[in-house]
Order: sequence, then C-alpha cells, then structure tokens
Amino acid sequence: MAMYWAVGTVLLLLAITAPVALLFGFGGASAARSHVAPLRWIGKTYIAIVRGIPDIAFFLFFVIALDQLFEYIRHSIKCPDWTDAVWQGSDFVVCSAAKLPLGNAPQWVHETYGFFLAALTFAIVFGAFAGNVLFGAMQAVPRGQLETAEAYGMSRRQTFWRVLVPQMWVYALPGLSNLWMVLIKATPLLFLLGVEDIVYWARELGGSKQPQFTEYPHPDWRMWYFLALLVFYLCFTKVSEVVLDRIMARLTHGQATAAGEAQRKAAA
Amino acid sequence: MSCWETIIDYGLRSQGIGERLLPRSDFTLCQQFTLIGSGMIWNIYFGFFALVSGFFLATAVALGKAARNPLIRKPSEWFIFVFRGSPLFIQFFFAYFLFLSLKGVYPIFSPLTSAWAGALVVLFLNTAAYSGEIFYGALQSIPKGDTEAADAYGLSGWTRFRRVIWPTMLRLAWPAYTNEAIFLFHATTLVFFSGFPALQQRGDALYYANYFADKTFNPFIPYPILAGYFILLTLVVIGVFGLVNKRLNRHLPQEARKRLKVRPQIIR
Repeated sequence: MAMYWAVGTVLLLLAITAPVALLFGFGGASAARSHVAPLRWIGKTYIAIVRGIPDIAFFLFFVIALDQLFEYIRHSIKCPDWTDAVWQGSDFVVCSAAKLPLGNAPQWVHETYGFFLAALTFAIVFGAFAGNVLFGAMQAVPRGQLETAEAYGMSRRQTFWRVLVPQMWVYALPGLSNLWMVLIKATPLLFLLGVEDIVYWARELGGSKQPQFTEYPHPDWRMWYFLALLVFYLCFTKVSEVVLDRIMARLTHGQATAAGEAQRKAAA
Repeated sequence: MSCWETIIDYGLRSQGIGERLLPRSDFTLCQQFTLIGSGMIWNIYFGFFALVSGFFLATAVALGKAARNPLIRKPSEWFIFVFRGSPLFIQFFFAYFLFLSLKGVYPIFSPLTSAWAGALVVLFLNTAAYSGEIFYGALQSIPKGDTEAADAYGLSGWTRFRRVIWPTMLRLAWPAYTNEAIFLFHATTLVFFSGFPALQQRGDALYYANYFADKTFNPFIPYPILAGYFILLTLVVIGVFGLVNKRLNRHLPQEARKRLKVRPQIIR
C-alpha cells in the first residue's frame, strides 16, 4: 500500500515543485534584467551559481544547509539568552525549543517536514535553471515588439507585463519542456533526501528480507521492481512529450516566428 | 600529523592503497582535500572510459537512427528513447540488481556486480544514447552541398563517410558533445549512491564528501571542496575538447569558426 502512496509522493513533488520553481525562475530572470544594480547582481548570481556543480551534490548540500538555516533563525528568535556556541566542533546544537520539527512532534510532522525541505530544495535548484531559460527567452523577444510598445507610450512596467511576458513563452517553452523532462528524471533523487519514495519502496519490497524482522515469501525481486519503475518513467516521459507538443502548437498560434508562419500557411 | 603524511596515507585510499581506516575524529582540511581528491580518481576513470567507448557506439546508433531500413532504425530509436527517457539513477539500480540475479545463474557475470565494471557498462550505454542523439541531429544538419560535392568527386560508400560525412558530423556536433562530456563527468557521482556498493569504503569524490558531511554535520566544507574539484575537472574537459574543436574546424576561415559555448545540462 505504501508503495502506491509513494507514487503519489513523487507526483505531488512534481506538482508542487514545477510552479514554485517557475516562480523562482521568473523572479530570478526579472531581477537579472532589472535596472537596479544590486537586484541584477542577485538575479545573475542566483542563476549562475547552480551551474557547473554536480546536481546531487546540491541536493545533499541544500537539505542540510536549509535545515540548519531554519533552526538557526528560530534559535536566534526563541532563545536569545542562549550563550553556548551553535557550532560546537562538529556538532550543530540549538536549544530544544528551536528544533525543527519539535522533538515531541508526531511522526507525520517529521515526514512532512522532510518532504517540504526536499520540495524547497528542488524548487531552488530548478528555479535557477528556469531562470536561465526565462532570461534567454526575454532576450529573444524581438526588439521591435518592445519598441512598438514604447512608441504607444507604455511605461516600462506596462511593456514588461503586457508585451514581453505574453510573448516570451514561445521562446521559453522548448527550454522549459526540456527542464520538465529533467525534473521528472530528478525525482528518484528524493530517495537520497530521506523521503520514502518509490525507489525506497522498490528496494524494500523487492528484497527477500526486510531489515525489520519479517521475511517475504518471495526471492529477490528488486530487479523486477526497478524494471517497473523504469517503465513507469518511460511512460511518463512519453506522455509529457505528447502534451508539451500540443501546448507548443497552441502557443505558436499567431506568433511572429517561423513555426507560427508555417501554421498560418497550413491553415490558409 | 603533517599534511604530507596525510597525503601519503590517504592519497590513493579510493583504490584501497594506504591507511585502511578513514579518519574518525579531529578532521582537518587537509584530510578532506586529500580524500575527496582521491575519490576523484574514480570519477575520472568512469567518465573517461565511458566517453571513449561510448563514442563508437554513439556513432553507430546515430547512423542507425538515420538509416532507411526500419530493422536498423527502430532498435536505434528505442535504444535512445529508453536511455534518455528514464532516470540514470533508476538505470543504475536496475542494472545492479539485474547483474546480481545474472550472477546467481552464471558466475561469469560476477565482475559486473562491482562498480568498476557494472557502473561503467551503464554509463557507457547511457552516454552512447545521449551522444547518439546529438550525432543524429548533426547528421541531419550536414549541408547538402557537402555530400553533393563528395558525389561529384566520385566518392562513395565508406570513403565518402570517412572523408566527408563523419568529419562534418563531428564538427557540427562538437559543441553539444562537449556539454555531454561535462555532464557525463557530473553523472559519475551517482555511481556509489545507487545500488553499487563501495567495497571497503573505496568510493568516489561524492562518497567521501558525504562521509565528511555526515561525520561533521557541516556541509559547508566538504561540498564546496567537491565543487572546486569538479570545476577544475570541467575546465580540463573544456580545454581538451576545445583543442579537438580547433582541429576539426581548422579548414574554415577564422571568423566562420564557432567558439565552444559551454552550457552544461543538469540531470539525466
């Protein structure tokens, strides 16, 4: 039963991460082309910092770092009269009121918190990639379109929201759909973050023995469980491909690009 | 203990040479640099051999996908789809358990259950699929004039492929192939995080970085060290591929030469 829940966990992660990452990316991209220098630096650094480093190193790093950050903030607020150092040699010690989740919290709170951290990590990392794609897309919108908007007397803000943003999606979509595929394929990494996802259950249920006492009546089936996972991901990828192709066709409609031109010709 | 002694003790630890026990307390920066660097031997080993062997299969698969005969085309297409459409992580797991059960039947497969051979096979097939797709794309965009000129010179069959099509394909594919190579090196970090066990704690760079992060509860030292090593490795890869790129493009006029643009991918 838990195995089926785990599939739900993966889908939930995708459903939460994709919009949040898009939001982060949008923020990063708009910051990167801002006219205020510090804002631009923040945006550019955010986009640049995630590249060039292996992905899972990031996932392993961020979860601990975020956890410590949250606990440290709570620690400084809740226990102002704590005198010991927070980093004691190789230990990270905060007062017990600042522990996240609280030591006496029920099991499901721990699990949800772990899931939340994982989702946030995914969103931050993928937000940087999405930001890069969106930044490129914003640059790709033809200058003429923006100049026309200026000629009509629109302010910078109006140009951004009414002209640039609606038009950039066509240019962004190939990159974003690529990113979506990558995101799908990144979900098994949840396993590394300690969330009980499908990889975890495939290992557990497939094995001939469980670490906890019981012995399954079947031999080592992990190979078959992983084969099922492989097929699951392949199907998921295929479906996404078809759906994204449809969306692309819709977005291209009436745009001043080669594909849009081809569509017009085909319709005429 | 001086740093030099640490390097002697742990410099080749990932190959099982030197001190047997990993440091357990009083971690020094030197130990972290040495052990993580020693783990990089595995990353370079996997990346290099998978890349070299994968190159030939990739060429074959690309030609297969471009073939007219469906008996050749379909298997190539499926090969590429399966390896590009599923997470590498799951592929590692599946392969490991597949090799385990094969070993049960035929003892001849026993080397494949250890990382040095088994993971190499998976990475080889995986990079062959990814670069096969890149080469296929390049094959499709070979200028028509080039092949026509070859025909006019009376080149045909193998000579035409060897002298015209293949070099042009490589030339067009090289920037994307460089990214694939960088990306492959990043992907090698997954090996010891999937099914493949690190015997006697002979792991790769991420394995040791994770070890230190677990022991010290401080991710802010080992992971940046790891990142530093990987950035160095990436620079070396870019340098080597840049040289090849120069040679491939040596007949072109100076301004028509395309410079390598590095855009690493993310996760496979």
